[in-house]
Amino acid sequence: MEHNYEKEYGCLMLKMPRELDHYAAEFLKEEADALLLKYPVRSLVFDFSDTEFMDSSGIGVIIGRCKNVRFSGGYVKAVRLNEQIQRIFQLSGLKKIIEVE
Amino acid sequence: MEYLANEMKMEFLALSSNEGFARVAVGAFLAELNPTVDELADVKTAVSEAVTNCIIHGYEQKEGSIWIQCRIEGQQMEISVIDTGKGIRDIEKAREPLFTTKPELERSGMGFAFMEAFMDEVEVVSKPWEGTCVTMRKTIGKA
Repeated sequence: MEHNYEKEYGCLMLKMPRELDHYAAEFLKEEADALLLKYPVRSLVFDFSDTEFMDSSGIGVIIGRCKNVRFSGGYVKAVRLNEQIQRIFQLSGLKKIIEVE
Repeated sequence: MEYLANEMKMEFLALSSNEGFARVAVGAFLAELNPTVDELADVKTAVSEAVTNCIIHGYEQKEGSIWIQCRIEGQQMEISVIDTGKGIRDIEKAREPLFTTKPELERSGMGFAFMEAFMDEVEVVSKPWEGTCVTMRKTIGKA
């Protein structure tokens, strides 16, 4: 599975998959970690504009990446969440952990 | 409203690539109840959590089969997700939010919490080394 990403001015914008379940989470984890290793950016942005579905597997991936980026003093944010994804963020408490725009 | 009674059963391999298939198949079966977008999303998320549990915990990502039984009666539906994997030793503990036996896989421990939040009722029956059956109920069109 190919994910898109954009990198500029020390910021990595990661395009989240259409369906972020356990299956997609495994690919995303690997890809995100490889990118973060290659580009030691200061901020990581999760772009949810294409995401229609997310379950608790997605939460694990986001929290894991947050830990890694923040450990090195970086900043994490999630953008363009639809209503459904916002509910998942709210319910899981992810909203308190990561900035949502 | 017309009274419906219907039932379906399916069996598939415990592969993470089947998670999407499982939730979409259940969603399609429920279509005749005319669920709202939110209700459908709730059920799909709950099914996804239950199936993921079978794969990661029940079979520990090894070979296995998963069964889903779905019943509709009136506006009520009941979904059972069944595996014959390693079972759950302490069901109460497993249902606690944020509890996970697999932190190394970055599991959030929110699986059962999501099932409970998105469905009206969640019942778990499990026996070590025999398997687990998670039954979830929800009334569609309550509001």
